[in-house]
Amino acid sequence: MDLFEYQGKQLFARYGIPVSDGAPVTTVPEAVEVADRIGYPVVVKAQVQVGGRGKAGGIKLAASSEEAKAHAEAILGMDIKGHVVKVVWIERASDIAQEYYASFTLDRGAKLHLGMLSAQGGVEIEQVAEENPEAIARIHVDPVDGLSEAQCREWVAAAKLDPSATDGAVDILMKLYTAYTEGDADLVEINPLILTPDGRVHALDAKVTLDDNATFRHPDYVDYDATQVRDTREEFAHQQGLQYVGLEGSVGVIANGAGLAMSTVDIVNQVGGSPANFLDIGGGANADVMAGALGVIVSDPDVRSIFINIFGGITKGEEVANGIVQALERAQIDAPIVIRLDGTNADEGRKILEPHLSDRLQMQPTMLDATRRAVELAGGTAK
Amino acid sequence: MSIFVDETTKVVYQGLTGSQGRFYGLLNRDYGTQVVAGTSPKKAGTDVDGIPVYANVGDAVAATGATASCIFIPAPGVKDAVIEAAEAGITFIVCITEGVPAHDEAWFFNRLRREFPGTRLLGPNCPGIISPGRANIGITAGHIAKAGGPVGIVSRSGTLTYQALYELQQKDIGVTTCVGIGGDPVPGTSFIDCLRAFEADPETKAVMMIGEIGGSAEEEAADFVKSSMSKPVTSYIAGVTAPPGKKMGHAGAIVSGGKGTAAAKMDALRDAGVEVGLNPTEAGELMAQVVAKL
Repeated sequence: MDLFEYQGKQLFARYGIPVSDGAPVTTVPEAVEVADRIGYPVVVKAQVQVGGRGKAGGIKLAASSEEAKAHAEAILGMDIKGHVVKVVWIERASDIAQEYYASFTLDRGAKLHLGMLSAQGGVEIEQVAEENPEAIARIHVDPVDGLSEAQCREWVAAAKLDPSATDGAVDILMKLYTAYTEGDADLVEINPLILTPDGRVHALDAKVTLDDNATFRHPDYVDYDATQVRDTREEFAHQQGLQYVGLEGSVGVIANGAGLAMSTVDIVNQVGGSPANFLDIGGGANADVMAGALGVIVSDPDVRSIFINIFGGITKGEEVANGIVQALERAQIDAPIVIRLDGTNADEGRKILEPHLSDRLQMQPTMLDATRRAVELAGGTAK
Repeated sequence: MSIFVDETTKVVYQGLTGSQGRFYGLLNRDYGTQVVAGTSPKKAGTDVDGIPVYANVGDAVAATGATASCIFIPAPGVKDAVIEAAEAGITFIVCITEGVPAHDEAWFFNRLRREFPGTRLLGPNCPGIISPGRANIGITAGHIAKAGGPVGIVSRSGTLTYQALYELQQKDIGVTTCVGIGGDPVPGTSFIDCLRAFEADPETKAVMMIGEIGGSAEEEAADFVKSSMSKPVTSYIAGVTAPPGKKMGHAGAIVSGGKGTAAAKMDALRDAGVEVGLNPTEAGELMAQVVAKL
């Protein structure tokens, strides 16, 4: 779950990380009110989950109420690479002496947390990593021990920040590590982390990705879920707890497990068809989930055939079959369905489906046969 | 032979009294697995279809001599369940549960690595392990696997694990052991752990490896195949045509450094001498050709 900058900053503030005084707003009058309260100059920042918003004109400095109003008017509703700006963050402008980069994420290879810190922060950090990797000081943190202040101090020294930034950076990085672990984040990133001319260290941006699996520990993360960016089909699928990614094609795909779902999309492409989506009904899906998945697929007007590819492990064949039968009873499904069913209780599932088989609901013995059939039914020629 | 588990492995099921624990615990027992005990703090002293239930893994081990465990506990309890098993002396822990927070996984992986080096964790979020004809621990449907070898399977994706077993069964090819390592950020057992074990297992003559996009585990496995394996390996990577996923900030891009795409993984594997199929069926056909030449 990706947070907007303002949500990331609010999360950082909870852990005591210094961020600029500011507030998120959704209307122009609110923007002016907040800017007047904070005091000028302020920065008006578009809240979108896509890079390059500065270059697109989504970040502006305002020295007066009039300028704040003009910028808020221009930025609210602006389209930045397909993302429409619904929220702007207004904050007190900062004087910048130095721009640094700091982050924590999981190093899957080492199976340890990885901190990265660089004196060369700012927008081009990926270029720095590529051309000048030694400019990024890295530290591995064992999750059992956590990050000690002594380790952190050594790490900051290795990054060769301005000496006046050392204490402030250590303080922020210790708090950032706490935010990362206690907040169950996959990523916390500050770019830039700034040193002001008067010697304060301060987070000027915030990029946070939270672990969806950890929401049971953080009931308040529901609020972040409500602001996630999804298209209509994705939102509908999300409400039913399904993993869905919309694609451009005509063969609707339903599979159990991310690997099989990806593989199904691959094969539809390989035999000459075009998948309309990726949809993983997950492990242990019951009849309701299957019926819901079919509902999501038929809500896509481009779908001309549906391929249900199930290899049951924890998902049981009879549950899948019951779901299909229920969905057919409940809703008008125009697109023909091809099903391939194997694994746990597959025989029971096939028996349930048998009396319902027709031109509209076909069964095929293998993944490849079923894919070809679905592609043909969508009007294509299968290889 | 098989790797990690066989017909003598005694297994305690953590969460046997839950609906999934019961369903798969009994299926596994029917398959021939020595399902010797279950645990449930509230239902100690009862039994599940004759399988005794103990309050904790320590009691179950003391009473039955179990050396392996299989976890069907909901995600919030997994962190404690893994450590409970390790502290009780369990040396092979299979965690089926999905939805375990990554920070919990990183924490118990490192605790096991440091304090319980003799304990292997498989998973979380994995289908488990099956040594066909000998033992099945987890949620794999036993009837899709042909016993006997000569192929070992290791897979990061649950359902593609089944697909791989099924493809080989269709070609009448037997499997020594099939290990589903799971696709979570911190799997307890890696591709390399399994490749090393298959390389050392005299009955396994070739290995099928099923990967998917994301992370760099397949690239690391390719390096291992190149440097340390004499047995032939075939592979399939799911997600060849997947749209590029969300990038996790700059840190993700810096860490992965261009790794993680299906193309990069397939290139790395081919470079290591691995035959790569474009779909599970093709990977099965490649393996059939390898087996024919053994």
